[in-house]
Amino acid sequence: MEEKHDSFRVGVDLVRVADVAETVAHFGDRYLRRIYTEHELASCTGVPEVAAASLAARFAAKEAVLKVLRPAGARPDWRDIEVHRDEVGACEICLTSSAARLAAEAGVTQLAVSLTHEHELAMAVVVAAVSRREVRVA
Amino acid sequence: MTDDVIRAVLAEHGRLAVDVAALDPDADLYQVGLTSHASVNVMLALEDSFDFEFPEQMLRKRTFESIAAIRAAVDGLTRAEVD
Repeated sequence: MEEKHDSFRVGVDLVRVADVAETVAHFGDRYLRRIYTEHELASCTGVPEVAAASLAARFAAKEAVLKVLRPAGARPDWRDIEVHRDEVGACEICLTSSAARLAAEAGVTQLAVSLTHEHELAMAVVVAAVSRREVRVA
Repeated sequence: MTDDVIRAVLAEHGRLAVDVAALDPDADLYQVGLTSHASVNVMLALEDSFDFEFPEQMLRKRTFESIAAIRAAVDGLTRAEVD
């Protein structure tokens, strides 16, 4: 059955790869365990430059998700927004705990994500299908 | 003392486009270059400096929007540690 939606939201974010590499070098495991899930850390392998680019893209995805969820108060824990990568390399967003609650409150029924990175920058775009119309008050 | 530590953390980790020493305590840090990722660095460095951990309910943009806002958060958390 086709899921009905009334509107879309789009979030985008850009992160400097060098910033993430420097943060990993400075804060190490504390940073990694605070921001990324086990699955994400397992997905971000390779030489440090490549791993940093993958981490930066995932951080951008988390921020892009926040832009579509639009939390009015406390933001979800970063690990409640996971970029899940399947065996062929396709990525999707998995929400848990407070991020999942925020999505439900916002009427978000589906999320799609696209990640990209070059040597210097990593970017993520997130599209959300929303199942009810937003009420705009003039 | 607390403000000095906060300014030192911002100078080292905030990647701001201005001189932190000259910043008004109420100046909007996002308007002077604080990014989401840099705010994570600031958060971790503040935790190192003051020996506490920011709880999830304080992880909001407003917590890091100014030196005064950070000061209020630090004061609240250090008081909670004492209590």
